Amino acid sequence: MLEAKGLTVGYTATPVFEDLSVSFEPGKITGIIGPNGAGKSTLIKAILDLIKKQAGDVKLDGQEVSKVRQKTAYVEQRANLDMSFPINVFDVVLTGTYGRLGLFKSPGAKEKAAATDALEQLKLSEFKKRQISELSGGQLQRVFVARAVVQQADVVILDEPFVGIDMKSEADIMEILKLWRDQGKTIIVIHHDLNKVSAYFDDLVIMNHGIVAAGPVDEVYTRENIGHAFSADLGNVLFEDKGEA
Amino acid sequence: MFASIQEFLSALGQYNFLQSALLASIMVGIMSGIIGSFIILRGMSLMGDAISHSVLPGVAVAYMLGINLMLGATAFGVLAALLIGYVSTHSKLKNDTSIGIVFSAFFALGFILISMAGSSTNLHHILFGNVLAVSDQDLLTTVIVLAIVILFVVIAYKELLITSFDETFAKSYGLNTTVMQYALMIILTLVTVSALQTVGLILIVAMLVTPAATAFLWTNRLSIMIVFASIFGVVASTIGLYLSYTFDWASGPAIVLVAAAIFMVSFIIAPKQGFFQKLGGKHG
Repeated sequence: MLEAKGLTVGYTATPVFEDLSVSFEPGKITGIIGPNGAGKSTLIKAILDLIKKQAGDVKLDGQEVSKVRQKTAYVEQRANLDMSFPINVFDVVLTGTYGRLGLFKSPGAKEKAAATDALEQLKLSEFKKRQISELSGGQLQRVFVARAVVQQADVVILDEPFVGIDMKSEADIMEILKLWRDQGKTIIVIHHDLNKVSAYFDDLVIMNHGIVAAGPVDEVYTRENIGHAFSADLGNVLFEDKGEA
Repeated sequence: MFASIQEFLSALGQYNFLQSALLASIMVGIMSGIIGSFIILRGMSLMGDAISHSVLPGVAVAYMLGINLMLGATAFGVLAALLIGYVSTHSKLKNDTSIGIVFSAFFALGFILISMAGSSTNLHHILFGNVLAVSDQDLLTTVIVLAIVILFVVIAYKELLITSFDETFAKSYGLNTTVMQYALMIILTLVTVSALQTVGLILIVAMLVTPAATAFLWTNRLSIMIVFASIFGVVASTIGLYLSYTFDWASGPAIVLVAAAIFMVSFIIAPKQGFFQKLGGKHG
């Protein structure tokens, strides 16, 4: 169980959220939704201890996340990367072994085999020598999911993995996420496409500068909660045909 | 031209100072190609320029106190890097602005200290290089710095790669990216001081950036880029030294112009550039 308690985070004087508590269960795919600027990315960065927290702590099975980093994998937004970097697909996936290897040790045959397997799993074998800017959005996203496969983490957190990618890649990635879930991993996905919420997620966290609602999708994904976090209009449009008024 | 090359080669066999100059140029070409590759990939070109300029007061202080130049230069290089970081994190100014403020102030201070400390010819050599006056002591220092650079990159290759390519990911698996950044800056100041003699302080940034940028145009692999950058650095240094000796040019500008010429040729013919494809109006 991944648990955040009493988190307060803010880049400036006014915090993005205050005293936020939320937990994520193993064996579940949990979606995080909320309007732009609601603090979704900030929340997962705080969970992964990538940014400073003003207050609160995050524990994975009772241990501070910052002490068990090997158990987490983070698939960040693709837009943040330098696509012209001289690196090919295989070497990107291989970087997934770096954490386990520890300082100054180079990847060997075992690590390379793991990268080859992950590439195959995400149907990327034919692209392994390509420089990363020579890929489509969907192929590139699969590369970063392949890297997470190599990391063999218990918790995998993905930030907007389905933005700007083709449907086939989206389905391939979803397949991996479901496989991970069935292996008992904790999967967390920041997501923006509200239409697929019920199809993709077991649990849902709705955010808007704090937790609006959290729990199983069928309990949480309601007109009231969406209306509260986004706007009443959006809630009405989404749930219009479901007779949930 | 052939006659002058022959003359250069025979002088090389004859004069000790020329051999030292060639050795120093080759070593500086290698180390600046290696470190420069990381500098340009991390978007630190301006930082490289800033640190190289900021070592000047360190050189002056070391000269006054009679201690090793490396020590003084490294202290001021690191101090400048820390100050730049401090100013940009403790104000709303952008990083390049705080770089501009700090390095110009350090350079100005160094300029005044040097004028107080010694003769003006000395200053000219520091600024533009005087490779023909490389001493055995300088040569030894350069060998040590080259060894440190190669050792650093071989040992921490994977850490340098991941912090340059994907810093957030590196942090997420627990790598201390701040330590890596400062380690790189310390190595950068060492390279800077070694390059003082060959290209001079003002043009060091060209040795860091130009051969690495040229290599970038030719390959999609980091390891190959580093090797190519070193080769381009060595070629530029050697031809530059020949030009400097033959036409009595200052060594720094001569070396830098050769590096720029190699870049220009690569810019036109390197396959990754697709220059001809663009000219032909085909897809780029």
